[in-house]
Amino acid sequence: MYEKDGEKYFIVDSHMHYWDATPQNWVPGQEQFAKGWIECFHAYQSLGPKETHWTLEHFEGYSEDDLMKDVFEDGHVDVAIFQPTYLKQWYTEGFNTTERNAALADKHPGKFIVNTRFDPREGDPGFKQLEENVARYGSKGLKLYTAEWFGDSRGWKLSDPEAYRYFDKCLELGIKNVHVHKGPTIWPLDKDAFDVSDVDHAATDYPDLNFIVEHVGLPRIEDFCFMATQEPNVYAGLSVVIGGLMHARPRFFAKVMGELLFWVGEDKMTFGSDYGIWEPKWQIEGFVDWDYPSDEFSDYPRLGTAGKKKILGLNAAKLYGIEVPAEAQLPPEAGTPAAEDDARLVDEASATV
Amino acid sequence: MTSLATAPAGRGADPGRPGVVDRVLAALGTVRDPELDEPVTVLGFVASAAVSGDGIATVHLRLPTYFCAPNFAFLMVADAFDAVSAVPGITRAEIVLDDHFAAAEINGGVAARAGFVGSFGDQAAAELDDLRADFLRKAVLAGTDRVARPLLTAGRSPAELAALTLGDLPAGPDLDRLRDRRAQLGLPAGDAAPLLVDVTTGAPVQPDELPRHLGRARLTRVSLEANGGVCRGMLRGRYGDSPGRGEVPDEGGTFIPLALLTADPSVNADRETDR
Repeated sequence: MYEKDGEKYFIVDSHMHYWDATPQNWVPGQEQFAKGWIECFHAYQSLGPKETHWTLEHFEGYSEDDLMKDVFEDGHVDVAIFQPTYLKQWYTEGFNTTERNAALADKHPGKFIVNTRFDPREGDPGFKQLEENVARYGSKGLKLYTAEWFGDSRGWKLSDPEAYRYFDKCLELGIKNVHVHKGPTIWPLDKDAFDVSDVDHAATDYPDLNFIVEHVGLPRIEDFCFMATQEPNVYAGLSVVIGGLMHARPRFFAKVMGELLFWVGEDKMTFGSDYGIWEPKWQIEGFVDWDYPSDEFSDYPRLGTAGKKKILGLNAAKLYGIEVPAEAQLPPEAGTPAAEDDARLVDEASATV
Repeated sequence: MTSLATAPAGRGADPGRPGVVDRVLAALGTVRDPELDEPVTVLGFVASAAVSGDGIATVHLRLPTYFCAPNFAFLMVADAFDAVSAVPGITRAEIVLDDHFAAAEINGGVAARAGFVGSFGDQAAAELDDLRADFLRKAVLAGTDRVARPLLTAGRSPAELAALTLGDLPAGPDLDRLRDRRAQLGLPAGDAAPLLVDVTTGAPVQPDELPRHLGRARLTRVSLEANGGVCRGMLRGRYGDSPGRGEVPDEGGTFIPLALLTADPSVNADRETDR
């Protein structure tokens, strides 16, 4: 719980990691990719405040104690949602697997939610693994990374027929939330790998699943916003938006927030620190204090205390059925967190541009 | 290769070929990141440019991450190859993309003029013309906001904007840029062309579509500029304070603490020159 000026904020960090990118976990012959990946992540950290930067060595393999301190003790987080990223082609034991996350979650009951994943290219064995993971870890959510390399394949789409087989299975298994993360590669490579139209198809065809598009579709915020106006079950994951822009590019951050509040709305935005890329502490404290920096932004919707409470925790709590202490709940007049009807229909939104 | 002559930007220091490096840099200034619609020079992507005594130009390009999308990277290397090859006095262009997961395929493919499919084999299904056109359309939308936003801020209504032609607008780099991108897509770009056109068909935007069109233009500009901000920050994180040839700091500036941001643009302008 974070408290500021008498207000209590229940914090759900809905997108964070516990990875092992140390050199002993690099697959022989794939070292350049394993190294390139973690160095790329480390460069993202440079977009945060200087005093929060880590050495590359620490960044490659932070410990369980580091995580518990950075996220819970210092970082104000009440519940954290582990999002796995496998990358087994580059990392021998995987970069950040469900098993690794669950082992830590087991030691700290009530602190974590353990999401799992699927990769449609794994076929039937992957199907079985998904069932087992849901049974073993009680996962209600998935993290899907479409740019993962698999043999010669450089990625996949949510609209692939094989992916739909998995979504059918998700419904059967009681999965509710699908976090989607786009990356720089896909098949075929001549298409835009960051394109989110496959999420649009899946969201239409699976109205009982919520699709949380992480990094709000960055670098395709415009396509994401347009999709979100048309799909009631699409949400904006703010990981990278706060971490990557709020400190480094505050004017762009204000504009991106303004556009998201306008097109998507405060009921459909969820905070994620992307830990270990960035620590949650400065992001949460800065976001609670945040306002538009000048009159230049007066066309955009305001964000008040109630909206910040929703974004920092109440929306994700609703999506995951997390109990929120009474003192951190909103009064009835502040609206319902994660309300499905918040995103403006395009026509309605357009009337006020 | 011998007698490599390198020159700082803005000075032709090669005594045998005065100005030839400048001409190479000017040519590179016409090469854009197709995703961000900014010149690779301005973005800081040109790590070095040199010309040998016998006219061989060697240009090293760098990108914000090891995993930047390979299709856009390919376009930049291929465009740089074409632009530098066309510079008078250049006998051969060697464009080298550094520090990228697909550098071997891209550098080899461009040098062999193999095209994207020829460079990536089964991983690619087509050349990149459609991709480039998709992003030119985004550039037109963002460029529309750049020229339309000041008019809206000054109190002009969307309907008044719809009645304007490009010839009605004040001359300037933003308008030149918009005309250029529209012309590249085959959209009307002359003085008589409407300011607001559908970016696919070129037809004038209808009254009931105006607010949506303008909202989308603003959103697209914000997206492109925010991406550019992230890319520049990442490039800086990766290569430290070593600026690229012809690099120009962006509007978002460098790392201004939130508390120091004020409504006075001159404060930020001063800070941006500090980087």
